[in-house]
Amino acid sequence: MSAYSTNEMMTVAAARRLGNSDVTFVGIGLPSKAANLARLTHAPDVTLIYESGPIGAKPSVLPLSIGDGELAETADTVVPTGEIFRYWLQGGRIDVGFLGAAQVDKYGNINTTVIGDYHNPKVRLPGAGGAPEIAGSAKRVFIILKQGHRTFVDKLAFITSVGHGEGGEHRQQLGLPGAGPVAIITDLCIMEPEAGTKEFVVTSIHPGVSREQIIAATGWPIRFAAQVAETRAPEDHELEALRALEARTAAAHGQAGGEE
Amino acid sequence: MAEILSLGEAVSRFIHDGDSIALEGFTHLIPTAAAHELIRQARRELTLIRMTPDLVYDLLIGAGCAKKLVFSWGGNPGVGSLHRLRDAVEKGWPQPLEIEEHSHADMANAYVAGASGLPFAVLRAYAGSDLPKVNPLIKSVTCPFTGEQLAAVPSVRPDVTVIHAQKADRKGNVLIQGILGVQKEAALAAKRCIVTVEEIVDELNAPMNACVLPSWALTAVCRVPGGAHPSYAHGYYERDNRFYQAWDPIARDRESFTAWIDTYIRGTADFAAYQAKLQEAK
Repeated sequence: MSAYSTNEMMTVAAARRLGNSDVTFVGIGLPSKAANLARLTHAPDVTLIYESGPIGAKPSVLPLSIGDGELAETADTVVPTGEIFRYWLQGGRIDVGFLGAAQVDKYGNINTTVIGDYHNPKVRLPGAGGAPEIAGSAKRVFIILKQGHRTFVDKLAFITSVGHGEGGEHRQQLGLPGAGPVAIITDLCIMEPEAGTKEFVVTSIHPGVSREQIIAATGWPIRFAAQVAETRAPEDHELEALRALEARTAAAHGQAGGEE
Repeated sequence: MAEILSLGEAVSRFIHDGDSIALEGFTHLIPTAAAHELIRQARRELTLIRMTPDLVYDLLIGAGCAKKLVFSWGGNPGVGSLHRLRDAVEKGWPQPLEIEEHSHADMANAYVAGASGLPFAVLRAYAGSDLPKVNPLIKSVTCPFTGEQLAAVPSVRPDVTVIHAQKADRKGNVLIQGILGVQKEAALAAKRCIVTVEEIVDELNAPMNACVLPSWALTAVCRVPGGAHPSYAHGYYERDNRFYQAWDPIARDRESFTAWIDTYIRGTADFAAYQAKLQEAK
């Protein structure tokens, strides 16, 4: 088995969660990289939908923007953006919403809006994009981001996109159709919501990572499931596919794509 | 019928200080040339509406043309922040910027409602999100049939929409191909609509079911080859990813940004002159 980076482990672990028949609404950056890796490895028929309008996109390189031309050229069909949100997402046809985040909390709520006070911000982030309704309406949601105490915070300054809200049955009480986030995949581990509380707990630790590292990189007192697995290390064919995808992307765009 | 005009004349006649304007195009066909012309003609107090402000609104905000921004995702795609937008929101430079923030689904629905002549859009959205707490225009309605609580947002009905498209015929009928975003809805939601195009041809030869905006639904059509750069025009040129990267250091600093627009936009007569100057600098 080859040596690999923690970022590669994160992308591979996230890609493995996607099934061949999943209709997937893909965010730009890390989610797009993981979703395309899934398509290039174990899930060749996975359907990738981007909010700009392509349905069934099969790009050979990672898009740098959510509306790159190759997404349209390789798609089964290209529809207007309004239709993507109205018919395909709100209409209940999305199995998996694959999202990134600037920050998450223990219930998988996402902040991509602001650090500090909204009206007097310390850092102004890009904002919602398509995420609030993807988080609400997709049948289930995966979140992928690098773990650190600034990104995994005890209390979000702003909830842009809801996960399990305040935990427990809160999501159902809000009347949201989808099941919400079912996994957070990081460069250190995989977290899943605990039955009942819906608090995210560590269920799988990537090889070579210690519990202390995970505790230090989490802004709330992170808990570990009773049974914690060790994530299967990336296999050679997964690493080869990922590295080839990144090399093609760098050659096409002059930058790697999917790093945010 | 749309008049076929120069972009300078169209902006001068149809976009006024204080107007609400939507320069739409979702990553594809972004009407950059029109934004430059607004800076050259020093429009002020504009309300800027756009799902993804992108470089076009970073320019207009930094140049002091904007009073308010209505948007749903404000980043430099694949690169990072829009520094002029952030500087205006965080530090009030060059003037305070009022922001009205939505999600993409909300804005897409609001354009559809605007084009449909409705006062508001209804959608399943925002439950559990803090956005309604900071945007009082996001309200809710109860379905009269099922009792379900749904989000209600005002329709978008700009004074002027500007879009870029591949081609028009000599009557001013416009054909758009590729990723359409909300361009058709934005065009039909507005009181006036200006379309810049790559070329004007004798025959559109539009395939059946293609997205064609008829001349009689538009105000002006202007030929501006390359007018969507650094975004792309499907079938004509690709996205200039390096320009998006190069924009980051230019826009990061107030002085370098101002020097850049003084040289390349205020210092050129039109978009063709801008393109020539940009080429010289390479």
